[in-house]
Amino acid sequence: MRLRTALERSALCAAVGFVLAAGAPAWGEGLERDLSGSFRLESRWFPESAAHSGQRTLASGFVAEPTVFLEDEEGRSFTLTPFLRYDSADSRRTHADLHEAYLLLFGDLGEGEWEARLGFDRVFWGVTELNHLVDIVNQTDLVEHPNEEAKLGQLMAHLTWFGDWGAAELFALPGHRERTFAGRHGRLRSGLVVDDDLVGYESGAEERHLDVAARYSHSFGPLDLGVSVFDGTSREPSLRPASFRPVLDANGNQVLDNEGAPILTPRSLAPWYPQIRQVGLDAQLTVESWLFKFEGIHRTGAFNAPNRRHPVGEKEDHAALAIGGEYTFYSVFESAADLGLLGEWSYDGRGRRSTDKFQDDVFLAARLALNDPESTEFVAGLVVDRDYSTRTLTVEWNRRLSDRWSVRAEAVAFLAADEADPVHVSRRDSFIALDFVYSY
Amino acid sequence: MIHSRASRRAFRLLVPILLTGPVAPLTAFAATPEETGLKIAVEARERGTGFGSFTARQAMVLRNKQGQESRRQVRVKVLEVEDDGNKSMFVFDNPRDVKGTALLVHAHRNEADDQWLYLPALKRVKRISSSNRSGSFMGSEFAYEDMSAPEVEKFTYRYLRDEPCGDLTCTVTERLPTDRKSGYLRQIVWQDREELRTWKIEYYDRKDEHLKTLTLGGYQQFLDRFWQAGEMTMVNHLTGKSTVLTWTDFEFRTDLDERDFTKTGLKRAR
Repeated sequence: MRLRTALERSALCAAVGFVLAAGAPAWGEGLERDLSGSFRLESRWFPESAAHSGQRTLASGFVAEPTVFLEDEEGRSFTLTPFLRYDSADSRRTHADLHEAYLLLFGDLGEGEWEARLGFDRVFWGVTELNHLVDIVNQTDLVEHPNEEAKLGQLMAHLTWFGDWGAAELFALPGHRERTFAGRHGRLRSGLVVDDDLVGYESGAEERHLDVAARYSHSFGPLDLGVSVFDGTSREPSLRPASFRPVLDANGNQVLDNEGAPILTPRSLAPWYPQIRQVGLDAQLTVESWLFKFEGIHRTGAFNAPNRRHPVGEKEDHAALAIGGEYTFYSVFESAADLGLLGEWSYDGRGRRSTDKFQDDVFLAARLALNDPESTEFVAGLVVDRDYSTRTLTVEWNRRLSDRWSVRAEAVAFLAADEADPVHVSRRDSFIALDFVYSY
Repeated sequence: MIHSRASRRAFRLLVPILLTGPVAPLTAFAATPEETGLKIAVEARERGTGFGSFTARQAMVLRNKQGQESRRQVRVKVLEVEDDGNKSMFVFDNPRDVKGTALLVHAHRNEADDQWLYLPALKRVKRISSSNRSGSFMGSEFAYEDMSAPEVEKFTYRYLRDEPCGDLTCTVTERLPTDRKSGYLRQIVWQDREELRTWKIEYYDRKDEHLKTLTLGGYQQFLDRFWQAGEMTMVNHLTGKSTVLTWTDFEFRTDLDERDFTKTGLKRAR
């Protein structure tokens, strides 16, 4: 319920803001206006029969994501980007969000410059491609894609001070966004559906807790470096069994345990958000055709994975890192094409107690870009779990059809899923996706 | 996952060849063709310095052998840096699927350039390699290295001859890239003696085949000093494809400064 009202609120804000912005009144004669964005027709087909009851085989729908941009003569601007997805299979994947609705201001400060972004925005931190450990400001919009790259807009006051010494950023983040999860008819979920109505917080302020974050980043010759800290409500919930009901036998009678009490079984999962602190470091060294990447975090206050003794897990401070390299061969096969090869390793110090699906995973990928006028491109990536026997293969192809239309096809295959691996719940959710994108 | 859609659209410094100044007889006192060639290149660089900063728009029309066309539009901002390569920013307007993608380049004379790409869909700034010298820029017939201002230090030179070109007299110089990553064995450059404007460049690939010819025209003078070509046409003789690059909306001595050419400035570029 909470989620839904939040979404309705943001959808309403977006609609109102959009009308105001698009029809921008003449309060500034020199006001520059720009409308751009994309409209996508998407479909996903899951060839394997579902692992959990209620799940559908075909999901189609559309995504609308327009951006209105207003700028005055001094360069101050307002950006508005509402987001809407309709999904034919899963009503929980049908959702709206306010990706951006922020005012951008800036001016001189000492030898450098200050900048303020006030409102809903998205911020990305980090350098690696598989696991974005350091990136923590925005909540993951998990129903969008299992790669966890899609993010929800976050209300923030984002202040930057920068000069030839680098950039220092401060964030005040009021209002926590809940992670999105697939509903009963959706794929890529656990056996139990996450019930947003049962959301819980460690903080007494619940979703109104004021989170804070800070970051310093700079480039030192070939080295790009960032250090960051976040203190507040975790973006990753601990998922706890909930809605317990008595277990019934074939005749509809309650099953009792040895002491005569009814045996209970959970019907859903309740998301519970602890208070955490995370420090992060991200670095990239760029040397000729090589990119070397590192991300590391230390997090306190988060819960580890549930086990027999601790059915909701327990607090465990931990460190995690991702390290890798990327090399690009230019003009391969005597053509204009580029071939990029990438290898990354993601590791979480909690081992099998980790809640990260990339707790000890190696990622190998190749990207072939033809550099033709259509920007045709192929990407193939394999994730191999070193703890479990889980392997995931992703193949992607995209191509421009005209100035405005492009097409994208993707296949995600869960080649092997270890029963002990938490991702085992998605073992039958390999899918093929075909998207047509109209950009304007 | 790897992205990709825009990263390959990275390209090097796309600075027009700016020339200026009074004319000195270039060939008169030089002893060898190599010395004369170098002298012309140094003179051309000196005439191109002092512009401060500028903004402009680029439009490209890509044509294949069958005559099918596709278009590219980019906005360019350039800041001159004393004793080093320029800083520049490129914001893509067309094709629409890469709209808002922006590239920041810090060019260097004696080392590899620094490049960062901003991907608006993810709000992500990526440091990218600048090693892609010979690759195609946005699917056009221009390679990245054709787009960059030819730094004097990155070639060796040999003066060939003077010959008429249109109403003018051109010096014809051969230059050899010193960079192993260059796709060319050599280039032949026609520059008029009066103003050292470049009118034609022939590109020879590593097998010494005549691969491409660039012709320049529509020269305009800015700030009473700097000459800028308005139209550049690149023809690929092996594939029959061509690209016409048009420059418009030049503005010189803008209020751009160093801070506009930082990673924070890149995220704000539109």
